[in-house]
Amino acid sequence: MAKLTPPINKNDHVQGPPDGIVTLVEYGDYQCPHCGAAFPIVKQIEKAFVKNLRFAFRHFPLSNVHQYAFPAAIAAEAAARQGKFWEMHDMIFEQQSLLNEYALLEFAKEVGLKIPAFKMDLRDPKLAEKVEADFESGVRSGVNGTPSFFINGDKHDGPFDYATLASAVEEKMRRVHVTR
Amino acid sequence: MLNKNEVAPDFELFATPDQKLSLHQLRGKNVILAFYPADWSPVCGDQMTLYNEMLNYFKKYNAELLGVSVDSKWCHAAFTRDRKLHFSLLADFHPKGEVAKKYGVYNEKEGQCERALFVINAEGNITWSYLSPIAVNPGADGIIEALEKIKQPQLVK
Repeated sequence: MAKLTPPINKNDHVQGPPDGIVTLVEYGDYQCPHCGAAFPIVKQIEKAFVKNLRFAFRHFPLSNVHQYAFPAAIAAEAAARQGKFWEMHDMIFEQQSLLNEYALLEFAKEVGLKIPAFKMDLRDPKLAEKVEADFESGVRSGVNGTPSFFINGDKHDGPFDYATLASAVEEKMRRVHVTR
Repeated sequence: MLNKNEVAPDFELFATPDQKLSLHQLRGKNVILAFYPADWSPVCGDQMTLYNEMLNYFKKYNAELLGVSVDSKWCHAAFTRDRKLHFSLLADFHPKGEVAKKYGVYNEKEGQCERALFVINAEGNITWSYLSPIAVNPGADGIIEALEKIKQPQLVK
């Protein structure tokens, strides 16, 4: 089975309790409609398992088919520099149908970023490197499309509707309890 | 299906409507052969879309990616344009499936290629092969691992 490589580390954007016993990782593309559809489902999962689940998002932009996917990923990373990764992440998915380069600037204003710093960060090659590193880790982890989910490091094959994802998370929780 | 350490059978197939490509032309480079059932079908589409994003990574390993299906060169041309693919799709069209048969990945019943991957080294030997369930996009982790195992060829003086 495909394994998350590398595991969650300090470069990741993580939400939820740091000692959460289940970690859900999504490889996603901000312009991918399937990722847009998965967004509220992930929110629902986070809410349902609020005490036990950490969620991390890694970038997997398919730039040839989604021209704004890479700029959007960079924008989220630039927002992270101001401590607002998740605000930007949510905004992009919530307003996915409006996505373009101009909209990203509007989103940045909306989430309250300092715009001059944001604009400067967009041009920082380090952010592009971060996005590319996420992509490469996805390739190594066996990501075969977006969104791809990993639960405690194991690839989740199959649909990502709420019921399926939730039962996969529960299954992992049970297993952790057994081994502890 | 051909396996590791076997010689990769040579072939010559249309890569564009007016150009043929043969395997021996790529000697000195690693080659990734991705056989897939059909242009336009959902899983293949995703698989080729994915590989299209990875060409830079493949390049780092001195590797050239080639997709192969029994679709005609004109079908490939349309599919390539539609998906903005930046690698060659080869038409194993006439005689139908001849190359897939040589590699042992032709599905007689469906009349199409299986979903199969081969990594071929610079000397033309197969170093890794993988047969994927037809409905599963195999991703590229196996390809990358196989390429990592190939030692980069010594530069010839």
